[in-house]
Amino acid sequence: MISSIQTDNNVVFDKATKIFLGVLAALTFLVIICNTMFEAGSALYIPTYTVTLLGKYLTFALLAVAVDLIWGYLGILSLGHGAFFALGGYAMGMYLMRQIGDRGVYGDPVLPDFMVFLNWSELPWFWHGFDQFWFAALMVVVAPGVLAFVFGWLAFRSRVTGVYLSIITQALTFALMLAFYRNEMGFGGNNGLTDFKDILGFDLQSDVTRLTLFGLSALALACGYIACRFIVTSKLGRLAMAIRDAESRTRFIGYKVENFKLWIWTFSAALAGIAGALYVPQVGIINPNEFSPLNSIELVVWVALGGRATLYGAVVGAIFVNYAKTYFTGVLPEVWLFALGGLFVVTTIFLPKGVAGLMARKEAAA
Amino acid sequence: MASLRNCLGRSFVALILLFMSHALSASQQSYDDGVEALTSAKLKKVAVGVQLLIDSKHADSQSILSALLDGKLFRHKKEKTLVQVIDETDEGKTVVFLSDPSRTELITKKRAIKRVPLNNNLRRDIRGFLAAQNIQNEDSSVRSAAIQSLLKGADENSLRVMQEQRKVEQDKDVLFLLDTAIALDTLEKGNTEQKLQAITVLEESLEPDVRNALQVYADKNEDPVSAAASKALDKIAEKADFYSVLETIFFGLSLGSVLVLAAIGLAITFGVMGCINMAHGELIMIGAYTTYVIQLLMPNSIGASIIVAIPAAFVVSGLVGIAIERGVIQFLKGRPLETLLATFGISLVLQQAVRTIFSPLNRSVETPEWMSGSIDINPIFSITLNRLYIILFCLAVFALLFFILKKTVLGLQVRAVSQNRDMARAMGVRSEWVDALTFGLGSGVAGVAGVALSQLTNVGPNLGQSYIIDSFMVVVFGGVGNLWGTLVAGMSLGVANKLLEPMSGAVLAKILVLIFIILFIQKKPRGLFPQKGRAAEA
Amino acid sequence: MSDMFTGYIDAVRHKDRVFDFIQPMDNPKLNVDKGCILYLEDVSVSFDGFKAINDLNLYINEGELRCIIGPNGAGKTTMMDIITGKTRPDTGSVYFGQNINLLNMDEPEIAESGIGRKFQKPTVFEELSVFENLELAMAGNKSVVGTLLAKLSGEQLDLIDETLTLIGLKDESIKRAGSLSHGQKQWLEIGMLIMQKPRLLLVDEPVAGMTHQEMDRTAELLISLEGKHSVVVVEHDMDFVRSIARTVTVLHQGSVLAEGSMDEVQNNPKVKEVYLGE
Repeated sequence: MISSIQTDNNVVFDKATKIFLGVLAALTFLVIICNTMFEAGSALYIPTYTVTLLGKYLTFALLAVAVDLIWGYLGILSLGHGAFFALGGYAMGMYLMRQIGDRGVYGDPVLPDFMVFLNWSELPWFWHGFDQFWFAALMVVVAPGVLAFVFGWLAFRSRVTGVYLSIITQALTFALMLAFYRNEMGFGGNNGLTDFKDILGFDLQSDVTRLTLFGLSALALACGYIACRFIVTSKLGRLAMAIRDAESRTRFIGYKVENFKLWIWTFSAALAGIAGALYVPQVGIINPNEFSPLNSIELVVWVALGGRATLYGAVVGAIFVNYAKTYFTGVLPEVWLFALGGLFVVTTIFLPKGVAGLMARKEAAA
Repeated sequence: MASLRNCLGRSFVALILLFMSHALSASQQSYDDGVEALTSAKLKKVAVGVQLLIDSKHADSQSILSALLDGKLFRHKKEKTLVQVIDETDEGKTVVFLSDPSRTELITKKRAIKRVPLNNNLRRDIRGFLAAQNIQNEDSSVRSAAIQSLLKGADENSLRVMQEQRKVEQDKDVLFLLDTAIALDTLEKGNTEQKLQAITVLEESLEPDVRNALQVYADKNEDPVSAAASKALDKIAEKADFYSVLETIFFGLSLGSVLVLAAIGLAITFGVMGCINMAHGELIMIGAYTTYVIQLLMPNSIGASIIVAIPAAFVVSGLVGIAIERGVIQFLKGRPLETLLATFGISLVLQQAVRTIFSPLNRSVETPEWMSGSIDINPIFSITLNRLYIILFCLAVFALLFFILKKTVLGLQVRAVSQNRDMARAMGVRSEWVDALTFGLGSGVAGVAGVALSQLTNVGPNLGQSYIIDSFMVVVFGGVGNLWGTLVAGMSLGVANKLLEPMSGAVLAKILVLIFIILFIQKKPRGLFPQKGRAAEA
Repeated sequence: MSDMFTGYIDAVRHKDRVFDFIQPMDNPKLNVDKGCILYLEDVSVSFDGFKAINDLNLYINEGELRCIIGPNGAGKTTMMDIITGKTRPDTGSVYFGQNINLLNMDEPEIAESGIGRKFQKPTVFEELSVFENLELAMAGNKSVVGTLLAKLSGEQLDLIDETLTLIGLKDESIKRAGSLSHGQKQWLEIGMLIMQKPRLLLVDEPVAGMTHQEMDRTAELLISLEGKHSVVVVEHDMDFVRSIARTVTVLHQGSVLAEGSMDEVQNNPKVKEVYLGE
């Protein structure tokens, strides 16, 4: 009788997860096959440009999953998750900068072009080690993780919650944006990091590298998704929902809420960092604009549209909104902000549970 | 008896007239000679002419000499007469004839006229003459400007005029300036004792020229004067530091006033309805654009347009705010995070709407004359009027809001709803109405803030965005639902920002302030002035 | 309430251990040598000048079932807030046993040291199932890694099962807690309290919204806890208080007005004046 309680809620690979992973795998293979097996001009051919675009969407989807974990399940509305994404991106960007070596405009074997331009004579201390891929890969997780940990430790311990927390996460990313715009910070100021040449010796412009990065993005999304599923189906996940719905009650039954928030928050930030690291080599640039509060709040609407606390909803929302963005900014650029703004309003008023909630309701009615 | 007096009187008048006509003709004579001399190409003759003009005490001497000093006096080669340039374009110079002020001519050939030559000695003489004219002017502001221009070094003539003026001067400030100028001269020419005496006068002055002069002596090796000079310099520097701090605080207060204006509407809506209005910045922007439109509508009375813009912006932004509340926010009661997202969506729509209607480019709103200019407190500290008006305006808006919330029926209902919505409803307060009006009030104040901002920066679609985070910081820092908290928080953040700026640069100052607030909220999550009690914990 | 009811209660009271799976968790640090489990001494707290608790002195004995009554605003809930760490008193000291200073601890630490609380307004985790609510409340490893890797043992499943039976929610175990009725939520919260295995239970208005039968069951449960556990009950329902109470404390304006048996308290002229005699 008790075993019947072990419903889908407690299984990592439930029906929705299996469908999601199956669809993701199938589409990934389809894209790879269409790109490599067919010639340009064929109706089934997917150009490498599109593959990279899809790869970018997948990194956004991973970022959205990270946000859903803390918003949907833990109830923390972060308006600054773009900052962790950007930090992961900068860590990867620094590696890619160092890989340029003496092929830059100024031909300095060590210093990136912008440092030569600023008349710097030596590499700042925090740039050391980024010539090693393993170090950069570590920093992709550590940099956003440490920032999230310190910020979370301060915020959760003093019980900053709700809109207050949202506002200070926004202030955090805003402060970082201002800081990264400064040349003195040593991250390329306004222009950020760009003109990358290759990654681990592979040419970033080549089709094979781009296809591989796309595949890796899909893989990272799948792994991140499964990791989040593992968390939300564990007792920790149920506790997260308990914290979301009645925070003080969980304290009175003996849970140190701040610790739970802190670790899930930090994990989410690290996940966002990985997404950023995969994003940068595909778009070829990282600049302080990624820290802009607008980006962070926009990614919240991906999750809201897709449906909170479902994980797959976040993925669907991220890909849909970004596809719409690409389409609109190409065809009717002035309509895009109207559409995005309208989306915020419509989603919050008419789709409180997002598209996923809508589908679940239809299923229940059928 | 009467006839005698009449007779005497008449002869007296005649006498005076005679004397005057004589003087007049003498003056006229030397004036004419002077002008004649100026037409010469020879410097020596010009020098004689200048002296004649100075001695003539003729009413027109002043204008002709100042034109000469400015390099605008030319000799018309063909007519051998003096002309003054009044306009200069690519085509040539427009000149007016001194002999006949109604006659002008456009000179296209460069050779047709020749500038009246001048050397440094002559320039000094003319300056001295002009200054002396001004030193004895009836208007005290003209007098002090004239003396100030002589602080760099006065010639014998001006010094004499100043010493004479010193005996009759009534105005305290001008008197002090006169003392300073004379002391500066003494410092240069007097003996050691006189120099020391002069320094005791000079150390009271904040004029940059005085500091330069004292610096020269401090650097010399001429004790005891050098020691006294450096001591005086220290004293002046101390005073200067004081005034520069005062100036920083003034700048800080004016920035703080902007922050308070931007934040106070938010404090009302956030405090009463518990909802975050991310479109608040755009309501400020709408207020600024309203100012812009009103200036377009009344281009001939810029000064009045600002006054008209204040209620107009209040109404426009207030109506937009009520529309937002009725159209969106009322459906999201009790879901603050969703309200935040929805209003953010609205802010995007409003921004894009403004881009579509007005263009994405910045518009500039003219500052009316009565708002430009400044009040000089002393040579290194002046209060710019527009900043002063912003501070006063902010305080007035604050006082008005305070009055509305504390003394009116609406205010009473607003406070009732903010403290206990259910209870207020039970007491017959129509909470939907109160919500809509509160939101309208907060939004209207945002519009008024927009009018103030339009005087400080360019008006553009992104105007609101740049203030929204700052406004939230002020509200959160001050404590939600507390107007005094908003005032104190806004002012102190403004001053802190300006105090940090010289040390760290503007951007870093802003970052530091943000970090400070993030840390502050950790320590005091409810802000400077938290609401207490059981109700606040729910 | 009827004599029959009281007689029934007496019968329960003399039966040993009706619900034998309910055992308090042992806290090795807790020292109750003096027979007193909770000390509140000279405690005062004020909100914006209003003294919610005013020089309160209260002692709860080990194993005692104590009822606390008092008019609205007497400070009953605030007192519980102070004991459980939600509110910090301005002055005074609060000790759990002789040696555990509750004022140095936050809510989870106090809960883990062995003090459980049921709230006036039942607060359960609405989006989780009844089963999951109990699972979360269950005593055990409450660290981050512990919960991430937690697997229910057979023993723990049995415990949850027995508790479900006790609170009468066995058939609702996979229902969302949010869909329960008010009375059922009350029971679920009592169940969660039991799962925590506290040494001291603070129970705020346990029978509000319950039927007479449910009240009887609640009384039965609380009385059976007596002895092994110490129980503090705040309740407005005088019949219920009379049915379970041995010692009653009357709070008035933030301090103790009277203490004694129900009869003594009821005959106290001061109490009559402020509360019962109206």
